[in-house]
Amino acid sequence: MDLSTRYLGLTLKNPIVPSAGPLSHSLDSMKRLEDAGAAAVVMYSLFEEQIEHEAAALEHYIERTSEVHAEAASYFPEPAEYNLGPDQYLELLGQARRSLEIPVIASLNGVSSGGWMSYARRMEEAGAHAIELNVYFIPTDPKLTSQEVEDHVVNLLHEVKNEVKVPVAMKLSPFFSSFAHVATRLDRAGANGLVLFNRFYQPDLDLDELEVKPGVVLSTSDAIRLPLRWIAILHGKVKASLAATSGIHTAEDVIKMIMAGADVTMMCSALLKHGPQRISEVLTDVERWMVEREYVSIEQMKGSMSQKSVADPSAFERANYMKALNRYR
Amino acid sequence: MSFPSQNTKDVTRPKVTIDGNEAAAFVAHKLNEVIAIYPITPSSNMGEWADEWSALGRKNLWGTIPLVIEMQSEGGAAGAVHGALQTGALSTTFTASQGLLLMIPNMFKIAGELTSTVFHIAARCVATHALSIFGDHSDVMAARPTGWGMLASNSVQEVMDFALIAHAATLEARVPFLHFFDGFRTSHEVMKIEQLTDDDFKAMIDEKLIFAHRARALSPERPVMRGSAQNPDVFFQARETVNPYYKACPEIVQKTMDKFASIVGRQYKLFDYAGAPDAEKIVIIMGSGAETVEDTVDFLVGRGEKIGVIKVRLFRPFSVEHFIRAIPATVKTIAVLDRTKEPGASGEPLYQDVVTSITESFINGETPFRSLPRIIGGRYGLSSKEFTPAMVKGVFDEMKKDRPKNHFTLGILDDVSNTSIDYDPSFTIEADDVVRAIFFGLGADGTVGANKNSIKIIGEDTDNFAQGYFFYDSKKSGTTTTSYLRFGPRPIRAPYLIDRANFIACHQWFFLEKFDVLKSAVPGSVFLLNSIYGPNDVWEKLPRHIQQQLVDKKMKLFVIDGYKVAQQTGMGSRVNTIMQTCFFAISGVLPREEAIEAIKNSIKKTYGRKGEAVVQKNFEAVDQTLRNLFEVTVPESATSTMELPPPVADIAPDFVREVTAKIIAGDGDALPVSAFPIDGTFPTATAMWEKRNIALDIPVWESPICIQCNKCALVCPHAAIRVKVYDPKHLEHAPATFKSMDYKGAEYKGMKYTVQVAPEDCTGCELCVEVCPAKSKSEVKVKAINMRPQPPIRDAESENFDFFLKLPEADRTTVNAETVKGSQFFQPLFEFSGACSGCGETPYVKLVSQLFGDRTIVANATGCSSIYGGNLPTTPWTQNSDGRGPAWSNSLFEDNAEFGLGMRLTVDKHTEMARELVQRLSTEIGGELTKGILEADQSDEAGIYEQRERLLALKEKLEGLDTSEARQLLAIADNLVKRSIWIMGGDGWAYDIGFGGLDHVLASGRNVNILVLDTEVYSNTGGQMSKSTPRAAIAKFAAAGKPTGKKDLGLIAMTYGDVYVARVAMGANDAQTVRAFLEAEAYEGPSLIIAYSHCIAHGIDMAKGMSNQKIAVETGYWPLFRYNPKQEKEGKNPFKLDSKAPKLPLKDFTSLEVRFNMLDKSYPERAKELSRLAQEDVTTRWAVYENLAKSSNGEEKKTVA
Repeated sequence: MDLSTRYLGLTLKNPIVPSAGPLSHSLDSMKRLEDAGAAAVVMYSLFEEQIEHEAAALEHYIERTSEVHAEAASYFPEPAEYNLGPDQYLELLGQARRSLEIPVIASLNGVSSGGWMSYARRMEEAGAHAIELNVYFIPTDPKLTSQEVEDHVVNLLHEVKNEVKVPVAMKLSPFFSSFAHVATRLDRAGANGLVLFNRFYQPDLDLDELEVKPGVVLSTSDAIRLPLRWIAILHGKVKASLAATSGIHTAEDVIKMIMAGADVTMMCSALLKHGPQRISEVLTDVERWMVEREYVSIEQMKGSMSQKSVADPSAFERANYMKALNRYR
Repeated sequence: MSFPSQNTKDVTRPKVTIDGNEAAAFVAHKLNEVIAIYPITPSSNMGEWADEWSALGRKNLWGTIPLVIEMQSEGGAAGAVHGALQTGALSTTFTASQGLLLMIPNMFKIAGELTSTVFHIAARCVATHALSIFGDHSDVMAARPTGWGMLASNSVQEVMDFALIAHAATLEARVPFLHFFDGFRTSHEVMKIEQLTDDDFKAMIDEKLIFAHRARALSPERPVMRGSAQNPDVFFQARETVNPYYKACPEIVQKTMDKFASIVGRQYKLFDYAGAPDAEKIVIIMGSGAETVEDTVDFLVGRGEKIGVIKVRLFRPFSVEHFIRAIPATVKTIAVLDRTKEPGASGEPLYQDVVTSITESFINGETPFRSLPRIIGGRYGLSSKEFTPAMVKGVFDEMKKDRPKNHFTLGILDDVSNTSIDYDPSFTIEADDVVRAIFFGLGADGTVGANKNSIKIIGEDTDNFAQGYFFYDSKKSGTTTTSYLRFGPRPIRAPYLIDRANFIACHQWFFLEKFDVLKSAVPGSVFLLNSIYGPNDVWEKLPRHIQQQLVDKKMKLFVIDGYKVAQQTGMGSRVNTIMQTCFFAISGVLPREEAIEAIKNSIKKTYGRKGEAVVQKNFEAVDQTLRNLFEVTVPESATSTMELPPPVADIAPDFVREVTAKIIAGDGDALPVSAFPIDGTFPTATAMWEKRNIALDIPVWESPICIQCNKCALVCPHAAIRVKVYDPKHLEHAPATFKSMDYKGAEYKGMKYTVQVAPEDCTGCELCVEVCPAKSKSEVKVKAINMRPQPPIRDAESENFDFFLKLPEADRTTVNAETVKGSQFFQPLFEFSGACSGCGETPYVKLVSQLFGDRTIVANATGCSSIYGGNLPTTPWTQNSDGRGPAWSNSLFEDNAEFGLGMRLTVDKHTEMARELVQRLSTEIGGELTKGILEADQSDEAGIYEQRERLLALKEKLEGLDTSEARQLLAIADNLVKRSIWIMGGDGWAYDIGFGGLDHVLASGRNVNILVLDTEVYSNTGGQMSKSTPRAAIAKFAAAGKPTGKKDLGLIAMTYGDVYVARVAMGANDAQTVRAFLEAEAYEGPSLIIAYSHCIAHGIDMAKGMSNQKIAVETGYWPLFRYNPKQEKEGKNPFKLDSKAPKLPLKDFTSLEVRFNMLDKSYPERAKELSRLAQEDVTTRWAVYENLAKSSNGEEKKTVA
């Protein structure tokens, strides 16, 4: 049985890759992912916001309390150097690269163009096989047009591509007026992969405290529908690899995504819920399913149910209420 | 290890711009192996440097990293050093004041055993009628009989030089040395000096002497005993054996100084004479004041005066021979100046030595004088009192008189004993080519740090010599800082403040309305003002006194809107870089472009490690500054009608108006001796008069949203937000904007309720808004209290607050004290302290004052709480309308538990005596009253009220009786009302230096209440580690994270079985806190409350202090419990766990605080390991507590919600 697939120009032994998340915070747990059968690992995201916030906060708390009283010129010993922002990340990335046999994909999460793009280069230098650029952006400014938003995303890709030679994948949200257009623009601009879709933290309201709680809700298999549709639509229309993320919990989820046209499927919630071992369980199930149905390779089934391969391509284009209306009639 | 002596005079030594503490620490760290430290101002920084350098792996002269250990007290540090020395290490310590006093027993031993070592001392005032952190020689003078050599440094350069000379000399002389220099004036003065090199050290230190020191060490290979007990037959003779060493010592020191001169080039003498060779009048002095005298002497000799000065370097052993040789034969009058006071002595120590030496030598014919010179002595400079050239001239003028005053004082007006001598304060010797700049800033705006950088720039990037000195007011919130910078072409010898400035910068506009910032401006000088008003509008906004001086003194005025530039460039409220750039642009000390480059380099150096973004925003601020700096043409005449408001209101009590107000206004130096109480006794209730107006935003009450929980009042660190419930009739004359609402509970049905803010006393910390649980139904961001800008509402709210204060206080007998809500209807008797904005300690202190304040005596350990509670000018401890309130005292740092126990013993004894007398006088008093008094139940407010009423009746009866017993009873009868003794202090006291005493008091069974304000570090001295510091936290002296866990003081106390113990965190469970305070006080035995106190030393957002406390409890970091032995007597489990099992990982708490997460940044690997262990600590501790909480029948006790 050939489970291998190609993603971002890399050959992976199977189509399951843990997506950026807490499980890659230490070398130990990345090793456990590898042992469980992960074909590659996307490291947790280096947040642009966090880098700047950490530096500013440290400066704030140390400086604001300095030289304010005769008896206490300061409250903290001054270390020789601060391991700020990317240092720890790059260190761990380097260790992962040296210790793991599977490819390591670094993830950069940010929104502004500018100096921080150089972090991409430092990730490459630290040994990243590829970089996943997570465009973390909720456009709330009413003056901002959709055209500007799209241009901005494409520019970010350009900037990172200019910094590095390793492949770059774009992790996107589905919230574009014309997603197919954005996807093809990014494809033309040189994106080596498209990761569909980013799950933003969605705010919730706490009715006791009357506060907004930005909680994380782990996904369920239901969440695969949205990426499934767009992967099926994009398969064969873009050169970029396609990664499916959101709601991949079971072998069935994996198989559906591959059939829709994904090159890899990315898991996070399922691993947080069940542990790294989930990967090997899903792989076993995938393999069993393929044996039962007499598939010989992932490549064989990849895109077999994409829009261009199904009898009724419009099935992917119908909006829900149309279906409902049709059924009613 | 071979250090050939070599002449390195020609080598270029690095020029560094550092303060005295760093200079001393630099040498000490080079030349020692074991360094035992303990923090005390102003010497703490020496220990901090040593610890930091060792943590960074900096090696000593012999290539090994000195071992630095923090001890539990200075006594402990001296003991550890003694042991290290006895076993052959090169060992040192640093201390000051009370710390040195604690070392004295060991110092006698170390000297008696002829052991080579040097202790470095930032000489500081010893507490007498008051504590003072500032400099004088009372501490080193108290160490005179120990047999130590004493070497005085007068300047930062000398600190570095003499530190080395002392270390070299002690090895040869075998006499241990105190190397001392003036606290703050030298320890904290930043100067450009020459740094000694390793070659210098190698050339100066004779390795053979180190081997000799090692050979004397205790070793089982050549066993000896040292430290026998001797009897009358031999002790005396044995004690005299050391004499030859003391005799030889001065010459050894001189030889060492000569060797130093041959290597480094600077020649020192044991007694350095400067002045006219044929001087007739000389001053003898040691310490930084000698610099001032020398500079003044140079100036006056230039005018033809025959005067001079002897700078005493080696004070002990005092070499009469060298001393006499230093005095010119022509001398007729000598004035000896001592920076200490020895009441009752025939003169101060240096004076006595001079008199003895000269008369002894004169009688023996060993002096060159024809007749015995007249010798007078005087005191100067106590507690860093200014000592200026004008005062020096005053002394020389006094010597011209036929009968000059002896035993005089200098620099004050003594109108009680008339000891002071006059001087002309206008006399000055400062040269015109020295730039003298004064900068007024706020602690929080970064002015001092920027000025320190400016001095470094001037010192290191130009040929100028530079000096910086910094003064802070005594508040911890809204601190005003004054920076004094001098620079010029010659070395600067001016260890006194600037009183004639040619550059003045005011970094905060509101200072203009508080004090006269231009007082020291000389004609033609420059005034740089940070102003929201631009060049066209600023003039008309300036107060009259500023305008007048700008006109009269023909000053230049520059303005910049530093706040705007700071906002635009992301600097927030930090105007430091902006104002620094202006200073360089205007002063022209460097060409503009070079100056900007130098500033940017210094920014890179200072902030580079903290991230590129920080550097960039500072760069941006520099670039934006010059575009916003404008010169303003000063008009011909002043036009403003705005005058400086009086520092306190006219209706303040006499003492406050006449004394306190002058101190507030910065004119304390002008107060005469007669203004002060003779024994350190000051009135309480004075903080209310000092309206500081430091908050930009203050809370405003929205009554329609309020649920009347009173949490805002509970958490307010400054008692600046208050609640009252009162009869509606009192509202009749309420000010127009005064708010009130119907009271919501049944207990005060029909009454009105008000939450009122003290707008001029609030520090704007926002804790109240953070804890407010009530939110608007239509817009949740609006709470029942919200922060709003202060200036527009200041006047109206001040009027409202005055009205509020006049509303009657709640009747204590009707208040339900057992609830948070009820507790806040008691008047706070601790208000408006100088504590940090958002302080985590003061809400507990205030709670004690509310619940028990009218019958409380407080024993306060030295530390933050004694500073915000006891530092002049004003006192936050206050009184109720009956004139009752807490009586407060501070003894020392180490003895506070014992101090409070003593208070309890008096109360117990006097209560017993009073009861005996009541019994004895029962016939006269009357049977019913006697019975009432002796059998009174004072367990609640009503019972206490009734007993007070009985006492009134008793006193009336006693006053009518003319018997000794009646008079005796009258004097102590007040003790018949239950008194509450509160022993308060921080964790440095309770866990470390005072633990022995605390333990003893806990074991005493006596009814004292001990409140530990646990910030988990020595907060007052700058965040040094204590045994309360948790594992994995960084702190000073634990730069690499504390490797060991926090001591469980509560568990230790519980082992006695009869001690009430509670662990509380107000932000997590305020009801449990109130309950614990009530139970502790009610318990008839020792009680210990360990109160979690968030602190600026944690590196947190202080507005979130209370929510951090909550998370601390939720993660199990700070479990809450109460252990009440009374329960055991009732057959119940005395231990109640008041918090729930940890539901969050420890990381959720530690990630909120810089003290923990900085370790991730500095030592990531170590941080991981320590965090893991810290989580284990939490888990283990919780298991232990959970076990304790299981009662005999296995049930867990209920928690207080």
